[in-house]
Amino acid sequence: MPKVPIQLVLNGEERAEFVDSGATLLKVIRDKLGDTSPKGGCHQGTCGACSVEIDGELKLSCLVLAETCGGADVSTVSSLSSDGVLHPLQRAFMENFAAQCGFCTPGMIMAAKSLLDRIPDPTRDDVIEAISGNICRCTGYEPIIQAILTAARANSLTAA
Amino acid sequence: MTLALQNFPSIEAATAALASPGARYLGGGTLVVRAANEGDVELRTFVRATDPRLNDITVSDGAVRLGASVTMASIARHPQLSAIAPAARAVGGPAIRNMATVGGNLFAPAPYGDFAVALLALDAKAEIDGSLIPLEDLLAGRATRYASSIVAGVSFGLPAQGSFRFAKVSRVKPKGISVLSIAATIEMAPDGTVKSARIALGCMADHPVRARAAEAALAGCRLDKEEVAPALALAAEGTSPITDPIASAWYRKEVLPVHLGRLLLS
Amino acid sequence: MKLEKNYFADVRNDDLTEIGQARPRSDVPGHVSGKTVYFADRHIPGTLHLKMVRSPHHHARIRSIDLSDAERHPGVARILTAKDVPQNLYTILILIQVGPEDEYVLAQDKVRWKGEAVVAVLADSERAAAEAAAKVKVDYEVLPAVLDMEEALKPGAPTVNELHPGNYYLYDSGDHRKVRFGDAEKGLVEADFVLEQTYRSSPIEHAPTETTGCLVVPEGNDRFTCYTNTQAMFFTLDNASIILQMPGHKLHMVGGTVGGGFGGKVDVTVEPVAILAAKLTGRPVSFIYSREEEMQISSPRAAETITLKDGVMKDGRIVARKVTGYTDAGAYSRHSPYGAQKGAAHYPGPYTIPNVWIDTYCVYTNRTPSSAMRGFGVTIADFALEVQMDKLARLIGMDPLEFRFINAYRDGDMKAHRQPTEGAALIECMQEASRLADWPVAERFMKMSSYKQEA
Repeated sequence: MPKVPIQLVLNGEERAEFVDSGATLLKVIRDKLGDTSPKGGCHQGTCGACSVEIDGELKLSCLVLAETCGGADVSTVSSLSSDGVLHPLQRAFMENFAAQCGFCTPGMIMAAKSLLDRIPDPTRDDVIEAISGNICRCTGYEPIIQAILTAARANSLTAA
Repeated sequence: MTLALQNFPSIEAATAALASPGARYLGGGTLVVRAANEGDVELRTFVRATDPRLNDITVSDGAVRLGASVTMASIARHPQLSAIAPAARAVGGPAIRNMATVGGNLFAPAPYGDFAVALLALDAKAEIDGSLIPLEDLLAGRATRYASSIVAGVSFGLPAQGSFRFAKVSRVKPKGISVLSIAATIEMAPDGTVKSARIALGCMADHPVRARAAEAALAGCRLDKEEVAPALALAAEGTSPITDPIASAWYRKEVLPVHLGRLLLS
Repeated sequence: MKLEKNYFADVRNDDLTEIGQARPRSDVPGHVSGKTVYFADRHIPGTLHLKMVRSPHHHARIRSIDLSDAERHPGVARILTAKDVPQNLYTILILIQVGPEDEYVLAQDKVRWKGEAVVAVLADSERAAAEAAAKVKVDYEVLPAVLDMEEALKPGAPTVNELHPGNYYLYDSGDHRKVRFGDAEKGLVEADFVLEQTYRSSPIEHAPTETTGCLVVPEGNDRFTCYTNTQAMFFTLDNASIILQMPGHKLHMVGGTVGGGFGGKVDVTVEPVAILAAKLTGRPVSFIYSREEEMQISSPRAAETITLKDGVMKDGRIVARKVTGYTDAGAYSRHSPYGAQKGAAHYPGPYTIPNVWIDTYCVYTNRTPSSAMRGFGVTIADFALEVQMDKLARLIGMDPLEFRFINAYRDGDMKAHRQPTEGAALIECMQEASRLADWPVAERFMKMSSYKQEA
């Protein structure tokens, strides 16, 4: 099988790998780069469990070919906490019971982070729109919305 | 056979590569990579053109040109494209909009391709091999004549203030797959009647189509309940809606006049 | 959250310290940091990918299977058919003596639903497995299919499964489960009003975000580790042991956090064939449903058809209830004979009715086998019952909540299947619901109690 060399930054760290031609970024992050936080729920772009940021834009890693990410800066939910200190969104998801089975959570938090990076003080409708590409089947949408709004409020308090 | 990605600096070279069996053009990946993931064994090669002009948006003197690789997100946030932003925002969630392209939308099978419906109502032209082709022709021939063509971009006139309307009908709120999408460009005469109307429908055929009978019936009407009724009755004329897990052809025909009516009277 | 302590105040010990307090979930730090390990969060080099070739027909005889092209496809390690499976005929609930074994791990002679597993292809990559699967040639003779329960029960209907003649599950009580209590016919004759209604439901898919799957690793000593997202570890272990004719100690089943189940992961559909493949190839095997398989192949909640005939008096008492319920098992039993039986026990609902007559049937059709989903057997029944209760209340011009107070079961009441009611709290729940929903009922109902009958 032909292998292609790629080099990218994953969660702040320079990484280089040989990947299968045609392999998705999701597969490479999980199988080659060892970060299993993005999940494969549908491999068709409907569930959002594989959401990551590529050069600061939220994208679905199941639909991106790894080869097209040479030189890119890729972040998963693993980038949000360091030395055991959680991101305000992660804390808010914990405290608001916004995770049940947890499978959608990494993608959901990345979608929420992408929102708060653009709009630090979102309305409820902004939040609903921001997670409209992420499916939660334990139907915890309301706690998820509350968690994101809570994290936004916590952020604005810190900023002030 | 393993999958391969081929990058070409020019659209011409990519077009030549697309003639090979199993080659498919890779735009944002939301259709083609999905097909590969779902085990489409016919697909062998992703072909991509990296010409930076594919990403250009130009707006000057009311004329718009969108490069084929322009994403829905770039359209939605462009300050001069606010009139058509609702149609770009109707596509997918935020992650999909950061990936899905104008070119891909033109080839997206129903029930996808909401933005192509908007472009059809804007009377856009598609740029293929240096010539401009009416969008209606491209959409009708996208599975046949233009199946291996690469669209470089689309051009259209920016609609006058308030003349462009768009609605995506889905069962899941806030965002689901289309039961229907409807776009309309309505030009009004000074006397408050419709001077001309272009209405485009998604999911009412395997590709976006114009509602010509309704357009003709609308001419000269005031936009009130009584006067638009004849146009609504003709809305589904000549259509053959898709049946899929979202809705049956029967249902789509039944609800089209209701949603077109709401769009026209809103 | 507020804990209401005034209910049952005279009979309960007020020593609860945890109930009413919010407590963090123990697994949530892993979820929010992406560190929780699901079965597929393991990369095992050298893994073979299993792609299932499935029936494109609702009902067909298999004339022949030609694997010659597929076997020659680059990257293919092995292809499995029915003859490779040691004990191909199985049924999940045989573990609790609910037989007969009626389903094939890989189709043998016939396919009975569109999507039934026929041939398992194992290859070095998902792509190679998909390509080889496309080269498997199965010659089918298409047979008439029956997709509707009422049609399936008619004389002369196509036989879905030869092990279930007549297309119904044969209980020890005959072709249906029955409950008889009092004299329902007499009750209906004596009632002021009779209402007969039929309710129908469609199959419902659980659609978990994580699809069904497993990874199997040979340990090199004829023992196999199977990482699975089953919801029913011991069903899986014991059925795999039966199907593979391997003692349980050779099967090292590893469960863990499941990415959504809702009952959809209690069937045993991926592990036995994946373990078999690992055993025959000596290599790790991954068998994970695609999203399309999860939606189309995994068992849904059963479709049901329920006819309720109730006799009610002007004063609000339900005096007779007659129920005929049909549960669509699809082509094979899985959990549906049990679901239909649960329905039989459940139909009076939480109401005390002196005359009850219930028949429930588990019916076979050429549809996707149905199975467990959140309260299966009673959920659809409850929908039908409560819609019926509203209609009955309307029929006699009574408030629907007061109508339920009149008929609610209370401690000491005899249920139709002859279990005396105990520990009922329905009255108190309705009293609280009445307050919270601001839906007032007459004072006498607010004074009722589940455990003290008024004079």
